[in-house]
Amino acid sequence: MSGAFFLALAYLRHNFGRTAVLVLALALILFVPIATRLVLEAAEEQLTARAQSTPLMVGSRGSALDLMMNGLYFSADRPQPVTMTATEAVWNSDLAIAIPIYVRFTAGQQPVVGTTLDYFDFRGLKLAEGRGLATLGEAVLGARAAQRLDLKSGDLLITDPENLFDLTGSYPLEMQITGTLAPTGTADDDAVFVDLNTAWVIEGLGHGHDDVIEQDMAVSVEAGNVTANAALTQFTRITPQNIDSFHFHGAPQDYPVSAVIAIPWDGRAAAILRGRYLAPEAPTQIVVPDQVVQGLLATLFRISRVLDAVFVVVGAAALVAVALAVYLSLKLRADEVATATRLGCHRLAIGRMLLAEIFLVTLAAIALVALALGATFNRMGDLAIWLITT
Amino acid sequence: MISLRDLAFAHPGGGFRLEVPDLTVTKGERVAVVGPSGTGKTTLLNLVAGLLIPQSGTVDVGDTCVSRLPDPARRAFRIGTIGFVFQNFALIDYLTAGENILYPYRITNALELTADVRVRAKNLAQAVGLAGKLARKPAALSQGEQQRVAICRALITQPTLLLADEATGNLDPENKDLILDLLFEQAAAQNATLLAVTHDHALLDRFDRVIDFANFRTSR
Repeated sequence: MSGAFFLALAYLRHNFGRTAVLVLALALILFVPIATRLVLEAAEEQLTARAQSTPLMVGSRGSALDLMMNGLYFSADRPQPVTMTATEAVWNSDLAIAIPIYVRFTAGQQPVVGTTLDYFDFRGLKLAEGRGLATLGEAVLGARAAQRLDLKSGDLLITDPENLFDLTGSYPLEMQITGTLAPTGTADDDAVFVDLNTAWVIEGLGHGHDDVIEQDMAVSVEAGNVTANAALTQFTRITPQNIDSFHFHGAPQDYPVSAVIAIPWDGRAAAILRGRYLAPEAPTQIVVPDQVVQGLLATLFRISRVLDAVFVVVGAAALVAVALAVYLSLKLRADEVATATRLGCHRLAIGRMLLAEIFLVTLAAIALVALALGATFNRMGDLAIWLITT
Repeated sequence: MISLRDLAFAHPGGGFRLEVPDLTVTKGERVAVVGPSGTGKTTLLNLVAGLLIPQSGTVDVGDTCVSRLPDPARRAFRIGTIGFVFQNFALIDYLTAGENILYPYRITNALELTADVRVRAKNLAQAVGLAGKLARKPAALSQGEQQRVAICRALITQPTLLLADEATGNLDPENKDLILDLLFEQAAAQNATLLAVTHDHALLDRFDRVIDFANFRTSR
């Protein structure tokens, strides 16, 4: 090892605390902009990939961004729901396949996504273990959701109550987990998938209970309408024994969905379908997710540029602080420099020693940044999805 | 060994001026430099070492005219020819005693740190009674031990000239004698010339010669 590096290493080791602070400060200066850039890139990739794979999306009029974020990423910002009529309209057009999605509830803080089996085919979702959805009350977990909730097929998962103090609100439903999906690196990993009918049961549109007449719980019986008293227990779990008692109230075409993914047969079909939603008075709109994402990315890009400028200023200020620390350190070592000079040390050798110190500190900071990035790199995608959905 | 001719030096700020018409120290001689404070004893050492350049006259050490060398050459001359011992020891606090002894080899490419040098450092440390303390840093050594490390550092390059500036000034009487013994002993072992500034008149009879700065013309 050269003398300069030997002395630099010995000095840095001797002043471990000071060195550690310097290394940490430098590492932070490097890590924050790089990590931010990586997260933004991951978010951009996530947004673009998911949007590009979703040709069209039908939903209520209003914010196209909210509609897309809820339909693609199951975000907490819920657009006004549309009814199943919107799904049927797409089906009946003979221009596209319609996949309804209903995202309103959560289970273990993970979004419960009510949909049809077409969704699994459309997104290419594969089971890692267990089986898919078969009957009412069953759930399939996304890979990350299963990991976070520490659940697998055979376990039970209860939906989160919407409001603890709302006694008239929908009852939590205990769902049977039938399988876990393989990881996809998308928002699907965070979801709890249920059949659309199960989502409507959670909503309260469908329910199961004992026979009111047989149990003598009827308060009044009018034509086609039975009112039960408070002793009637509603089932909070759907089992083979009680599944037959589950039934829905109201007209199915009025049941809510958050969005409808429309997969047109071809470009012409897509253009015709889009034309059908142009009327401004129509209660529904059709959006091209890719176009919405491009608009969002333009905003993100502007924010990113502002962030870059902020990082440059903060980085420059931090570098000046580090330079000051090095200068002060040199001042404190004036005696050592004087001794070295008296012994015959060349000015350049003193410079080399200082450069070796800066090099070692920078190297340690870069190593620390590499370690931190290595440890967090796999989480960048998760963080990006979290940023997108919250 | 050392020859100063018609030397005149004044600090750039003015005020102090030292004149040495003629001074010669022969090889292997042990010379004490005494005189009242501020008469230029340390300045003399610095002139001999090439740390200061006289306005006129010459400073020769062996065959080298130090006063005419350019700065890089004077530095190279210093590290290859001179061993320094300072009053405040001037050890490097972040290095161990052993590393301090080898310090001259770390600050220049002109000297090569070989296995022989390491063996010499160990032998020197053993000779001055530091064998078991080479892994300690200066803060963990007594003042006497620190000066012993400084002496080893001064001798490790096998200099032909040893310059000691109040080398015993910070030591208790017992250590003063011990350090001086070591300095004489090691200088003799390497046949090095010793030029030592001291205020301690009790030590003067141990030197071959005493140069009293009261005899040189200095002014303020």
